Amino acid sequence: MQSFNIVVYVFAAIIVASAALVAFSRNLVYSAFALLFTFFGVAGIYVMLSADFLAAVQLLIYVGGILVLIIFAVMLTHRISDVEISNQSLRPAQGALILIGIMAVLLGVIFKTQWSLEGQLEYQATTALIGDLLLKKYLLPFEIVSVLLLAALMGAAVIVRKEVRGEQSGGKS
Amino acid sequence: MRYFADWIIENLEFTRAIPSEYVYLIIMVVGGLLLLLFVVPMAGALTFVERRVAGKMQSRIGPNRVGPQGIFQFVADGVKLILKEDIIPTAADRRLFKLAPYIVFVGSFLTFAALPFSQKLIAADLNIGILYIFAVSSMVVVGIIMSGWASNNNLSLLGGMRSAAQIISYEVPQILSVLAVILLTGTLGMQGTIKAQGWAPQHWFLFHNPFAFIAFFVFFISAVAECNRIPFDIPEAESELVSGYNTEYSGFRFGLFFLAEFANVYVISAVAVTLFLGGWNTPFYLPTGIWGLLPSAVNLAGLITFLIKTFVLVFVCMWLRWTLPRLRVDQLMTVGWKYMVPIAFFNLVGTAVWMLVWGDKSIAALLGG
Repeated sequence: MQSFNIVVYVFAAIIVASAALVAFSRNLVYSAFALLFTFFGVAGIYVMLSADFLAAVQLLIYVGGILVLIIFAVMLTHRISDVEISNQSLRPAQGALILIGIMAVLLGVIFKTQWSLEGQLEYQATTALIGDLLLKKYLLPFEIVSVLLLAALMGAAVIVRKEVRGEQSGGKS
Repeated sequence: MRYFADWIIENLEFTRAIPSEYVYLIIMVVGGLLLLLFVVPMAGALTFVERRVAGKMQSRIGPNRVGPQGIFQFVADGVKLILKEDIIPTAADRRLFKLAPYIVFVGSFLTFAALPFSQKLIAADLNIGILYIFAVSSMVVVGIIMSGWASNNNLSLLGGMRSAAQIISYEVPQILSVLAVILLTGTLGMQGTIKAQGWAPQHWFLFHNPFAFIAFFVFFISAVAECNRIPFDIPEAESELVSGYNTEYSGFRFGLFFLAEFANVYVISAVAVTLFLGGWNTPFYLPTGIWGLLPSAVNLAGLITFLIKTFVLVFVCMWLRWTLPRLRVDQLMTVGWKYMVPIAFFNLVGTAVWMLVWGDKSIAALLGG
């Protein structure tokens, strides 16, 4: 189990280091690109926990989709290369409150969860299991999420269409 | 690779002393190096073949000076790229500029780990093989945007942005068309998908049912678009953007972009062969028992079959590149969202209905009774 631990710690180090870069870098673009390594490390941890399907989906959705959108948004930011406007620390008191709240929730989860101990970890294909659970036990939440996503999609389409109309009638940019 | 590692641990005396984890580790590293030894010369040779094919199609000669018929041209090009000065523009973001080519190359090289070559020859037969290939190749987009941004050049940035928009758009129909095949096999593994097909064309998924037939073309067109090749090469459109996101790169870093592009062409062709064209299936079968472990002629026949099919598709990519004009940006998006995505959805539903009515029987099976 020694080498297993080493690999897990390497991935954990990648996650912590790149997440620190995301949070503390003075350059917003660096923060965005550092997320790539964070997501990669999380996918690695998923693989070590025998969640193979989740690891691949993590890369596919977060790196291929969400990260690219974040980078787009960052690049469209006004005066992006201006260090003064990016990543300032604002309102430390409120920030500390949120931090404490999140830590409390995380600690609660950590102490409540029934962790599987070393040696109990079973490597097996999880794809079919996840499919079964989604379409049988958790069908209702799954459908609700689908409807939510559909609503978001239609909302985005509506917002974009309004902009085009304003451009045609008013001639404003 | 796994069965090979197990065989070594069981049968070779000197490995008993070492913990099996280290044997696996060494074999993984060796396997990776072997793949690299395959990918780099193969991608290099493809650059030469591409230029010769282009020459023939345009009634000119192409490179024919270095070696017989110019076959050592890619070696000369490689040496030139390595020896060339590595220029970093003063205005560029140095760290990201240096990092970007590696991310692009790693993203496309990682996919080779799950690509099958023959019955026994595959680095890792993952049970999520096809999903893994799409997942790691999504890293390429980030690398391309990074190179476009770090170059600090309008044309590069524009190329990087176009590339990202294009890859994200065409990923949708590509994955939807692959889903049709996944429905038919019920597995995400590459070897499992090939085993579900036969050696004869009527047993390939291409001719399994009308929807799978259309799915192949949707998949191949979107895959060509994902590779940023003509007719979908607006990210590097020479007449508009000089060379797009890799304009500022020179020397070895430019070489990495180039290698990644040609490696990607091989990857999409190999995936298409695996999913739709029967993979390594030959009329021969592996003997069972002790003989099945040997590197047999059947295995070699499978390897040759797979490579021939793949390189035929690679040739089709080159053929498209030198015969079709480039699409405009808005045309590209129209093709992607208004035609490819609805067709892919139609295919998915159609395949599901087919399976509801006839199960996993193919047309050939229905006609044959």
